[in-house]
Amino acid sequence: MQGFMTEIAAAPFSAQEIASEGIKPDEYSEIVRRLGRHPNTAELGMFGVMWSEHCCYKNSRPLLKQFPTEGDRILVGPGENAGVIDLGDGMRLAFKIESHNHPSAVEPFQGAATGVGGILRDIFTMGARPIAILNSLRFGTLDDARTRRIFTGVVAGISHYGNCIGVPTVGGEVYFDPAYSGNPLVNAMALGLMETTEIVKSGARGIGNPVLYVGSTTGRDGMGGASFASAELSKESIDDRPAVQVGDPFLEKSLVEACLEAFKTGAVVAAQDMGAAGITCSTSEMAAKGGVGIELDLDLIPARETGMVPYEYLLSESQERMLFVAEKGREQELIDIFHKWELHAVVAGTVIEEPIVRILFQGAIAAEIPATALADNTPIYHRDLIAEPPTYAREAWNWTPDQLPPCDLSGISIGGQPLSWTDVLNQLLDAPTIASKRWIYRQYDHQVQNNTVMLPGGADAAIVRIRPLADATSSSITPTPSSLTKGVAATTDCNSRYVYLNPYEGAKAAVAEAARNLSCVGADPIAITDNLNFGSPEKPIGYWQLSEACRGLSEACTAFSTPVTGGNVSLYNETLDSDGKPQPIYPTPVVGMVGYIPDLSRIVGQGWTHEGDAIYLLGDGLDADSTALSFGGSEYLAVLHQTIAGQPPRVNFALERSVQAACRHGIRQGWVHSAHDCSEGGLAIALAESCISSDRGATISLPPLSARLDQVLFAEGGARIVVSVDQASVAQWETYLQAHLPYHWQTLGQVAASGSSLQIRADNTSVLVDATIAAMQNIWSTAIERRLTS
Amino acid sequence: MKFGVIVFPGSNCDRDLVWVTQGILNQPTRLIWHEESDLSDIDIVVIPGGFSYGDYLRCGAIARFSPVMQSTIHHARAGKPVLGVCNGFQVLTEAGLLPGALVRNRNLNFICDRAPLRVERNDLFWTQGYEKGQVITIPIAHGEGSYYADATTLKELEDNEQVIFRYCDAQGNPSPESNPNGSLHNIAGICNRQGNVLGMMPHPERAADEALGCVDGMALFEGLLRAMPALA
Repeated sequence: MQGFMTEIAAAPFSAQEIASEGIKPDEYSEIVRRLGRHPNTAELGMFGVMWSEHCCYKNSRPLLKQFPTEGDRILVGPGENAGVIDLGDGMRLAFKIESHNHPSAVEPFQGAATGVGGILRDIFTMGARPIAILNSLRFGTLDDARTRRIFTGVVAGISHYGNCIGVPTVGGEVYFDPAYSGNPLVNAMALGLMETTEIVKSGARGIGNPVLYVGSTTGRDGMGGASFASAELSKESIDDRPAVQVGDPFLEKSLVEACLEAFKTGAVVAAQDMGAAGITCSTSEMAAKGGVGIELDLDLIPARETGMVPYEYLLSESQERMLFVAEKGREQELIDIFHKWELHAVVAGTVIEEPIVRILFQGAIAAEIPATALADNTPIYHRDLIAEPPTYAREAWNWTPDQLPPCDLSGISIGGQPLSWTDVLNQLLDAPTIASKRWIYRQYDHQVQNNTVMLPGGADAAIVRIRPLADATSSSITPTPSSLTKGVAATTDCNSRYVYLNPYEGAKAAVAEAARNLSCVGADPIAITDNLNFGSPEKPIGYWQLSEACRGLSEACTAFSTPVTGGNVSLYNETLDSDGKPQPIYPTPVVGMVGYIPDLSRIVGQGWTHEGDAIYLLGDGLDADSTALSFGGSEYLAVLHQTIAGQPPRVNFALERSVQAACRHGIRQGWVHSAHDCSEGGLAIALAESCISSDRGATISLPPLSARLDQVLFAEGGARIVVSVDQASVAQWETYLQAHLPYHWQTLGQVAASGSSLQIRADNTSVLVDATIAAMQNIWSTAIERRLTS
Repeated sequence: MKFGVIVFPGSNCDRDLVWVTQGILNQPTRLIWHEESDLSDIDIVVIPGGFSYGDYLRCGAIARFSPVMQSTIHHARAGKPVLGVCNGFQVLTEAGLLPGALVRNRNLNFICDRAPLRVERNDLFWTQGYEKGQVITIPIAHGEGSYYADATTLKELEDNEQVIFRYCDAQGNPSPESNPNGSLHNIAGICNRQGNVLGMMPHPERAADEALGCVDGMALFEGLLRAMPALA
């Protein structure tokens, strides 16, 4: 304690200046120790961004270590710009997820747009051509005007950037909950197909090799965005617009083409995009990874405004910029490619032997820091986990279904208002989290590139055909249509209410759901990228949530053999309310999972396809116990009973794996015509969605049951998938199920005619639900738009 | 028959077109960089979708000044086929090869969807693969696709039967409800007086691959191939 107080006292900065860089007193002391002197302003700024959670994971690194990261198909795991997996036949897929939460809270359009731009750069920096974008979004509720502004701005920003650059936005998820009112979540995931023979890595190599700055100019925009992203949002920071970057998708489109062309020359030794912490991060990480140093002259950097000082150059987060290490003597070849695309490219530095980052400005040394001090050997905080679950969780777990009003065949009376089960179904279909997301995805170009096999809204996961492209200068396209039989499926998932109620079970459920969604289209789950959106880890509850969720993710990724190939950590997602009290979001570990489809002719969507097909429920049965099939954290409890309580459904790994395997097998045999998992809203909503998607009805008869009817219809969990099966294949299918999924399947009914209705009967007589498709469709498809225009 | 697909900085449907003309139809196809001006080897010039030069100022407004567009204008004046899709349609109107303009969609949002179109004429090489009055479904994806022209121009277009595709409902009626973007007269695609230059907002190249489910755009390309021996 004494030590760093004296350091601070002797510092050429005020305590306030140090704090404004996001540096804590003991960290300042450590900086002085590492440098053997006090830092200057530029250096202090560099430490500030590089020692932020966003760049160095100082709070989460000990937790991330437990993730499984290896597997047969993993070519590149965590630590590079993106993970890469092997799809066979020489085809390799790069993918990654990243958050842009705080910028989107302040300036929704640019915040979301640059989020897309940033994740795409991570992909093409590896030598991969981006082929798909997904996003995972969380907003407050649409009755709030500010939330509507953020929501429409974010959608417009994603649409603008993705559409211009010509990468289809093919899927994702959107939730609305008051927990995100002040702090929305904008996570963007991108997939790319490798176009270069070698995967481009970021470690600088070759003493004397030139360092090239390519792309756009450097300006004062986005100053210190990484630090900004690593602190709570306050009323003041909402006005901190300079911390938000401004994107130009046109420039990035040219940058994609120029970079891929440049990589193919073989003259690029290493590359890194300039995202968070711009020049500081790219120079120090490239140097540290290569065990070398980099000397960079700021006078050579193309600037978009005059009078910038080193601090501003170093901390700028201007978009669409990259740093290359080139093979000595071949720099002009690269520069010519960038000039052809009307982009900047200059030799701005050199790889040096001494492992330091040395920044020159106007003929003098502006900063000189050991590379590892910035990028590798950074502070780590091991925090103590609270001994028992926090009070909020224990109180929530005390909730039992006995606290619900009684119900019977006719329905349930809530707050004195009698509701039929059809009424309840309709209310859930009207909940924006469940309702159609068409208003959103209709603004995203989801078909450009001519590989979108499954349109948004059509299935539980997005499906994109794998088709290698010709390069920019030649028109030779090698594959023939008939040789293109392979695809990838992708999904993003997280029910954060579950995670809030029980971070360990909730995180497991996110992985299970992602794997289930992929299985529902016929894809083999392969690997994940994760985006950990949490509150402050400096608070005991925040750290407990983070730690428990990481434990759950880790176990689940092991259980499903889906290693983690990288991701993003976004902490301090809290808003200070007007009383200065921090309001954290729900802990939201978003799982972005990719799967492999060996044969695109064997995939299915979520809608029924043929009248008369038999409908089955795979997984836990209709009378499953309340640990597997739970009201806890359910949409039903939240929307109908305004209650967020209970234990979320417990994940049964063995059952999940068997159910998913059975579903995939049925699809590949051609027996299963449609598959849809039961998630928010439970069985009844899953059935309704399969009806709406296909405009075909369903007749469902439930056997006599002892469970509450709302439990049967709307409780969530249970590793469940609703499938429809070709009548001619029923015998084979049932024989298969009997052998591979004993006791965990049952028949529910049949697919009915087009334009008919969803009918759910109990005990073969009483009608529980009777809803025409037209009526359901009307509620479900307009729920979001209606709230925006009212 | 050789296709030439123009690539401006910011074009993003160029490869999609090459995929159809060369990958699926097996026709020689060349990507033409915007700074090129020699189109002598090309039979059909295609201007693809995207955001040429970032579409700053106005969609297509900068592209018209490129060297390749000067040559495209000569190509068109010589009576050879020029197809502009989406941004390509916008470029054609800016370049004066087609009348009218494409303005911001009525709802102010970008729209990506599948739109039913009525084929108004099938006596052109562009549409000879269709029946007159046939309803086809073609993907659309644009923010500025609302066709606008003054009353005189519209009348001329109609009198000369230059409207080739019209947004319609499933029965083929060009109703207000079936107009996705507010285009006047539900116009989705028009040709010039001679019929050799076609501009359309919908993307036929996105509806020409069986693996993607929708193939209603294929007849446009196939019709073109059948006509080409006569044209070349």
